[in-house]
Amino acid sequence: MQKITRDVLVEKAVSLLENGTVGSVLGWRKGEFDYDITPAVFTDKADIEANFVWNDFCGANFSKYLVKKTINAEGKILAFLKPCDTYSFNQLLTEHRFDREKVYAVGVPCEGMVDIDKIKEIAGDGISKIECGDKIEVSTIYSDEVVKIDAKDVLEGRCLSCKSKKHVAYDELLGEEGEVLESNRFDEVAKLEAMTPDERFAFWQNELSKCIRCNACRDICPACTCETCVFNNPKSGVENKAAANSFEEKMFHIIRAFHVAGRCTDCGECSRVCPQNIPLHLLNRKFIKDMDNFYGEYQAGAEVGSRAPLVNYTTDDIEPSEVFEGGKE
Amino acid sequence: MFKCSKDALSGILAKIAENASLYVPADNKDGKAVYTKWEDGIELSNQLNTVKSPKDFFFPQLEDIMAFKVEGKNIELTDIRVAQEDFVVFGVRACDAKAFEVLDNVFLVDPVDSYYAERRAHGVIITVACGKPSETCFCQTFGIDAANPGGDISVWKTENEVFWQSNTEKGASLLAKLCLEECGDDAVNAEKEKINAILAKLPLAQLKSDAFGGGKTLELFNRPEWKSLSESCLGCGTCTFVCPTCQCYDVKDFNTGNGIVRFRCWDSCMYSDFTKCAHGNPRLSQVERFRQRFMHKLVYYPENNNGLFGCVGCGRCLAKCPISMNIVKVMKTLGGNA
Amino acid sequence: MQVNEYKPLIVAFCCNWCSYAGADLAGNNRLNYPAEVKIIRVPCSCRVNPMFVLRAFQRGADGVILCGCHPGDCHYTSGNYYTRRRMAMLFSMLDYLGIERERTRVEWVSAAEGAKFAATMNDFAEKVASLGENKRLEDLRCKK
Repeated sequence: MQKITRDVLVEKAVSLLENGTVGSVLGWRKGEFDYDITPAVFTDKADIEANFVWNDFCGANFSKYLVKKTINAEGKILAFLKPCDTYSFNQLLTEHRFDREKVYAVGVPCEGMVDIDKIKEIAGDGISKIECGDKIEVSTIYSDEVVKIDAKDVLEGRCLSCKSKKHVAYDELLGEEGEVLESNRFDEVAKLEAMTPDERFAFWQNELSKCIRCNACRDICPACTCETCVFNNPKSGVENKAAANSFEEKMFHIIRAFHVAGRCTDCGECSRVCPQNIPLHLLNRKFIKDMDNFYGEYQAGAEVGSRAPLVNYTTDDIEPSEVFEGGKE
Repeated sequence: MFKCSKDALSGILAKIAENASLYVPADNKDGKAVYTKWEDGIELSNQLNTVKSPKDFFFPQLEDIMAFKVEGKNIELTDIRVAQEDFVVFGVRACDAKAFEVLDNVFLVDPVDSYYAERRAHGVIITVACGKPSETCFCQTFGIDAANPGGDISVWKTENEVFWQSNTEKGASLLAKLCLEECGDDAVNAEKEKINAILAKLPLAQLKSDAFGGGKTLELFNRPEWKSLSESCLGCGTCTFVCPTCQCYDVKDFNTGNGIVRFRCWDSCMYSDFTKCAHGNPRLSQVERFRQRFMHKLVYYPENNNGLFGCVGCGRCLAKCPISMNIVKVMKTLGGNA
Repeated sequence: MQVNEYKPLIVAFCCNWCSYAGADLAGNNRLNYPAEVKIIRVPCSCRVNPMFVLRAFQRGADGVILCGCHPGDCHYTSGNYYTRRRMAMLFSMLDYLGIERERTRVEWVSAAEGAKFAATMNDFAEKVASLGENKRLEDLRCKK
């Protein structure tokens, strides 16, 4: 469960709204069930008190919304940011995508978010109620028994390899500051690298063939903030909505990963939203791992204004023919 | 009404597969249910929804329509359609089966879409009554009876037996080949009652469609709530591409370097190039695109189709939307029956 | 001479200032390299967008090679340094997806290196020929 309670956030939001520090609040709005939470802009105290949610299901990364929401906002906008969201926040600032002066950022510690699919695997379908306390208590219409689940057992995939509990940007922090973690996030990439090319090809062919080109990965991505995406340009000659064949699928995902290489903070939203459960983060992480390896460690968004590896160079960089399998050849 | 024992089911499916391609919902490596071609030893999925609906079998996401070559002043056209063969889809739910009625009203009216019509003519749909609906289900809202699914053949599964009933000629002729044991309705009626009792307990059981339907265009089109409802919409196409009733498509040409292939693919009203024409795009903002999707399903479609709604309440979009905004939230906000 | 011998189609992106001139020199010196190498002249090797590489494969290329000025000699000072990083990342990613690594290459060829240009192309064409047709990054619609 989250260490900071909903009430603390609500109190903070209401007081900042009432004393005029901010004009609106970017937060999570209660859904139909207890897990389907929608990002929303609140401007009203009563609305916040009734509908604002903060629990183990608040996975959505708000940073990207700031690009559009700050444009016409009256006064500052309050954004609650989890540690991983703050990296995206900084990255967007680096790229001058929104005006820092228009945002009041409040850091919220995060204990990891949970995956409803994993909960359903344990508790079954037909959920009637979920309460997030010390344990996640799930009731279904099929059983009188309340199933108690430890949040640690149903964490989202990305939270299992959390890279940092540290907020790299905020105006105010609720609770205690966390640390950058030693994560195992490159293990899966290394596992793939250790396979033979044929195995890797089979793996990705299978994964990418599931793609339905809904573009959710692109549209949720805080690094994808182009006004018009290259894939939406009819003159680019690439398909923007048809999973035409295995080439188009590869083209889309390789190019998308390439376009965010050096800017991807590894927030994991792409894999979270994929309706077909394609492990898209493994593409981004491959680029991050390679860049760390060849050009020195770099975490996108760790600080504002840093120069990403692909817009930089040194005169003695590794040659493209030497990069395979970590440059061993 | 016919029946067989539960253990005999896979034998019967094998028999169906002898004469036609048979597709059944089965779990893939990620544990998600997807329609898979039948083969010996395949295990039927216990999950309620397949990720994508069975719409794909009749109206595929991508379909080549024709090819042409231009040489000088001559254009050579080739019909590149693949001849359809008979196929059977097993395990379709009541809502998904109803969705074909929604699609039929679009593709089988004049001018008939021959691509869709041919697939419909060759396909047999075997539905299965929903013994275990999910919290995201709301087919009742649109008058669909999950205990009495449509399709060419309806199937009910009880603890030890499987009951079969044909609803169409196509269904009857397939059923006749399966040599099942004839039986009475009692067991099925009991199963229906059981299902109805569960349906009444669903969290969305009370959702009503009264506030929507034909003739409500002006009343709903200008509602201010569209703005806040669509506020966090990403403009991705997830809802449209998992939807069993979304029927919009785009027709495009692909230059292969040695000719042109004309294909059609699903389109999404959430996309910025939806219905884009020479003058530009009629819906410039996400609010308008978002409104289009729900107005189409809840108002425009019933207006043109004798009150039949363009949503069947399968719940896929509720489960898959990256930001959990969906038709139920729209209906509750605009219809005021929260 | 063998009939029906498989000849891979190779796309070579050459920078205007060094490698294209190098190719010219190879021609002037009557040095042989396969006719299946199709040269596309670009103002600088860093003009090559990763999409160009993929598009070449889509349209039927069996191998793609980029040639630019030697590091330090770029006509625009630093273009090829960026190329070097970009293509390193792209090729590593293609390898990660299981696409044969011998199908892609970057080589620095100056305007004076006609012999190197011809030798590079001969060698690359031979390597690609040994891999056979490009299957893993093909677009069936583009096959005749």
